[in-house]
Amino acid sequence: MRTDRLALGVFLALLLVVPAVLSPFYVTLLNYIGLYAMVALGLVLLTGVGGLTSFGQAAFVGLGAYTTAALTTAQNLPGWLAWAGSSPWLTLVIGLVLTATVAVILGSLTLKLSGHFLPLGTIAWGISLYFLFGTMESLGGHTGITGVPPISLFGWVLDEGQEIYYLIWAFLLLAVFTTQNLLDSREGRAIRALKGGMVMAEAMGVNTARSRMIIFVIAALHACASGWLYAHMQRFVNPTPFGLHIGIEYLFMAVVGGAGHVWGALVGAGLITVLKQWLQDILPKVLGASGNFEVIVFGLMMVLVLQRARDGLWPILKKLVPVRGVQKTIDPSAEALPRRTLPKAGELILEAKDVTRKFGGLVANNNMSLTVRAGEILALIGPNGAGKSTMFNQISGVDTPTSGEVLFLGKPIAGHDSREIARMGMSRTFQHVKLLPTMTVLENVAIGAHLRSHKGVLSAAWRMDRDEEARLLKEAAYQIERVGLKEHMYEEAGSLALGQQRILEIARALCSDPCLLLLDEPAAGLRFKEKAALGELLKKLRSEGMATLIVEHDMDFVMGLVDRIVVMEFGQKIAEGLPDEIQKNPAVLEAYLGGVD
Amino acid sequence: MMLAQDGLTNGAIYALLALALVLVFAVTRVICIQQGEFVAYGALTLAMMQSGAVPATVWLLVAMGVLVALIDGAAALRAGQTGKLVGVAGWSLAYPLILAAVLSLLPVKDLPLAVQVVLALAVVVPMGPFMYRLIYQPIASAPVLILLIVSVAVHVAMVGLGLLFFGAEGQRTPAFSDASFEAGPLLISGQTVWVIVASLVLIVGLYQFFERTLYGKALRATAINRVGARLMGISPSLAGKLTFFLAALIGALSGVLIAPITTIYYDTGFLIGLKGFVAAIIGGLASYPIAALGAVAVGLLEAFSSFWASAYKEVIVFTLIIPVLLWRSLTSRHVEEEE
Repeated sequence: MRTDRLALGVFLALLLVVPAVLSPFYVTLLNYIGLYAMVALGLVLLTGVGGLTSFGQAAFVGLGAYTTAALTTAQNLPGWLAWAGSSPWLTLVIGLVLTATVAVILGSLTLKLSGHFLPLGTIAWGISLYFLFGTMESLGGHTGITGVPPISLFGWVLDEGQEIYYLIWAFLLLAVFTTQNLLDSREGRAIRALKGGMVMAEAMGVNTARSRMIIFVIAALHACASGWLYAHMQRFVNPTPFGLHIGIEYLFMAVVGGAGHVWGALVGAGLITVLKQWLQDILPKVLGASGNFEVIVFGLMMVLVLQRARDGLWPILKKLVPVRGVQKTIDPSAEALPRRTLPKAGELILEAKDVTRKFGGLVANNNMSLTVRAGEILALIGPNGAGKSTMFNQISGVDTPTSGEVLFLGKPIAGHDSREIARMGMSRTFQHVKLLPTMTVLENVAIGAHLRSHKGVLSAAWRMDRDEEARLLKEAAYQIERVGLKEHMYEEAGSLALGQQRILEIARALCSDPCLLLLDEPAAGLRFKEKAALGELLKKLRSEGMATLIVEHDMDFVMGLVDRIVVMEFGQKIAEGLPDEIQKNPAVLEAYLGGVD
Repeated sequence: MMLAQDGLTNGAIYALLALALVLVFAVTRVICIQQGEFVAYGALTLAMMQSGAVPATVWLLVAMGVLVALIDGAAALRAGQTGKLVGVAGWSLAYPLILAAVLSLLPVKDLPLAVQVVLALAVVVPMGPFMYRLIYQPIASAPVLILLIVSVAVHVAMVGLGLLFFGAEGQRTPAFSDASFEAGPLLISGQTVWVIVASLVLIVGLYQFFERTLYGKALRATAINRVGARLMGISPSLAGKLTFFLAALIGALSGVLIAPITTIYYDTGFLIGLKGFVAAIIGGLASYPIAALGAVAVGLLEAFSSFWASAYKEVIVFTLIIPVLLWRSLTSRHVEEEE
C-alpha cells in the first residue's frame, strides 16, 4: 500500500464522518475553512508556484457571491435575462464567466509589467469593487442582499450546515486534485518555470505571458466558486467579507500554510480560521477594548514566517507524517514523439550577414558574418570581451542587431522573439546555467519538449493528457540517458554539480528536437572524462545531421572536435578556417598571446 | 475653484507620499504599503498629546527599541565589539526611554503647537529605522514579492496597533494658523498655504539632500546600483535605515499637516497612502517628477469627483490606475527575470 494513498484515505474518511460526530459549531467552522482554503489554493498556484500575487482575491469571491445573490433574488429581471435566476447552478456558470472576463482584463493590464504591478493593481481593484458593492443601491448598499435561496442537488435541498458541508468539501477536494494534476503536466511545468526561469522557459517555447494569465484566471475562478458557495451557505451577502483586508487574510493563509504546496492551502486556512476565532474571543478581554486585534498577531506572525520559514508550515508538517514520495515511472512502450525531418548534411542552416550591434557608442559586434551548415560544428572563439556573447544573443533572438541580418533556414529571424525561433528548430544552452533547482532532472529536461506536445490546462487537470505525458517523459528519459545522466534522473536538478547541470541543459535542448544547437561554453566546469563524453555526443549528433554552433574557451576541446572556427576580437571577425589553420594564423596568435616576434 | 484648492492641498500631500514610496522602492526594493500608517500615527500622536494623554505610540517605540537593542547588542557582543554597545544602548534604549519620560512628565498639553509637533515627529520618525532593522534587514535580499507581502503584513499589524492606541474615534487637530487670505473671489485658508509651502520646502530640501550631501549621494548610488554601491563601501543596512527614516519623516509630517483639514481615523492612513501609490505608479515607481505631477492629478480628480459623484469618489480614484497601467503595459515589452 502506498503510504501517500493511505494518508489521503484516512483524511477523506475523517472528513466524511465529521458532521455526524461534531457539533454544528465545528461543522460551520469546517465549512468556513473549506471556503477559505479554496481561495487560498488559487493563491498557492499564483503566489507559491507562479511567483505572482494578488490581494484582490476577496473581490473575486465577492463577484461570485454577488452575482448569484443578485440574480437568484431579483424579482423583475429583464426578459432576456429572466432564465438566469432560475437556478443557483446557472448563476454559478454566469459568475465564473464574469470572473474570468474581469480576470483576463485585469491580467492583460498588469501581467506584462514587472511582478509587483499585479498585486498593486489587485489592491486597487479590490478596493474599487468593495466600494461599488457598498454604494450601489441595486445591490443593497452596505446592508447587502438577503433571502438567497439554498442550493439543491437532484432535489436534495442543502439548507443545513451539515448538508452544504459535503458540497463545500467536494468542491475543495476537486479543486485540490485538479490543481495537483495540472502541476504534474506539460502546462504545469511551464507554470512552475515562471518563478525564476522565465528567460529559459521562453527559449524552450513556453509562452510565459499566457501561463501567467492562466494561473491568474484559475485563481480567480477558485475564488468565485468559493463566493458562490458562501452566498448559498449564508443565504445573504453584504460587502464586509469581500474587502481588501480579507483579501490580505487569504494571502496570509496561503503563505503561512506553505505557498508552494497544494495542501498548504488547507493547513493555512485551517490555522488562520481557528486562530482568528480564538484570538477574537481572547484579545479584547486581554486588551480591554473591542476591535479586530487579531490582525496584529497575524501581521507579526506573517513577518516571522517569512523571515524564518519562507516555505510555510506544510513542509514542516509533512516531515511528521511518514509519507513517501512516489517516483515517476517511464513507460517504455509509449509511442515516440514525432520528429522533424533534419535538413540534409551540408545544407545551409544559419547565416549571419554583416551583423552589427551598437550599445550607444560601443560597437559590440561589427559586420560579423558566419554560416553554419547541417552536419557541421562551428566554434566561435575569441578573448574575453571579444563580443561572442553579444553575437550569440543576436543569433538566438535575445537581442536584435542594429543592422545586418540573421537567416535561419533561409528566413530572417532578427526581431522575432525567442519562442518563435525555438519553434523553428533552434535550441540553446545558457552560459550561466538556467534550470529549476527544485524540480527533478527529468522534469527539467521535459520542459525542452514543450513545443512537441499540445495538451492544455483542462486536459491536464482532468488527466486526459496521460498518453502524451508518457511520450514526453519517455523522450526526456531518452535524452537524459543519451547525455549520460541516467543515474541522476530523479534527483533535484539543483543538487547536481555545475558540469552536470551544463549537460542537463544540453539534454533539455535536445529534447526540443532541434536542427541547430547553440551551446554557450558547454565544457566549462566539466572534468576530463566528462569532456570526452560530451565531445563524443556532439560528434554523434553531427553524424546525424545536427548543425551546432559552440562558443567555447577550452581550446583542446574545440580543436579536437569542431569542423571550422570563427575567431573574434574587439567585435570583429579576425579569422575563419579549419582548426589547423587557425592555430597557425598570426592574427589569432597575436590576439591570444599578445604578438609573436 | 474651492475644489481646485482642495485638490492641490491633497495633491501636495500625495506628492510627498509618492516621493517617499519611490525613494523606498528604489533604494530597498520594498513597496512601502505601510507608508500611510506613518501619516495616521503622526497625526494621531499629535492629537493624543493635545488631549493631555501620553501618546501610546511612544511605548511602541520603546518596545521596538528594546528589540533592536537585544538583537544589535547580542551581535556586537558576539563580534566582541563592546565599544559598539554604548551606541546601540544610546539610540535604541536610552532615546525612547528619555522621550517617554519627557512626554509623561512635561505638561505636553500646554506646550506651544510647534513643540508638540516636534515631539510627535520625535516619537514616530525613529520607528522608520527601527522597522527597517527589525523587519527588513534580515530579509534584505529576498525577492520583491516577499518584501511586498511582508509590507502588507506590517501594514495590517500597524492598523491593528493603531486601533489599540488611538481607539476607533477620529481626531482633528487645531490649525497651524487661523489666517485666511482673499485672492479675488477666493478665500484661501492658512492651513492650505501651510500644507503647500511645507510640501514644497520638503521637496526642495530632499532635492538638496540628494544633490549636495554625501549621504544623499550614497542613497542615490544605492538606488541605481545596489551591488556597486556596496562595493564602494556604502552599507546597505545604513542606506535602508536612512531611507526608512526619511519615509517615516515624510509620512509623519504629512499627517501633522493634514490633521487640521481632515478627520484622521486609525485606518485613514492606508487610503491616503494608496493614493500616493497611484501617483507613484503613474511615475512607474521610478520617476520623482512624474510621480509628483501624478499626485496633483490624483488630488484634483479626487476633489472634483467628490463634488460630482461623492459616493463613487474612491472608485473613480482607484480606477484611474487602470488607464495608467494600460499605458505602461503598452509601452514596455520585455520578459523580466525575477530578481
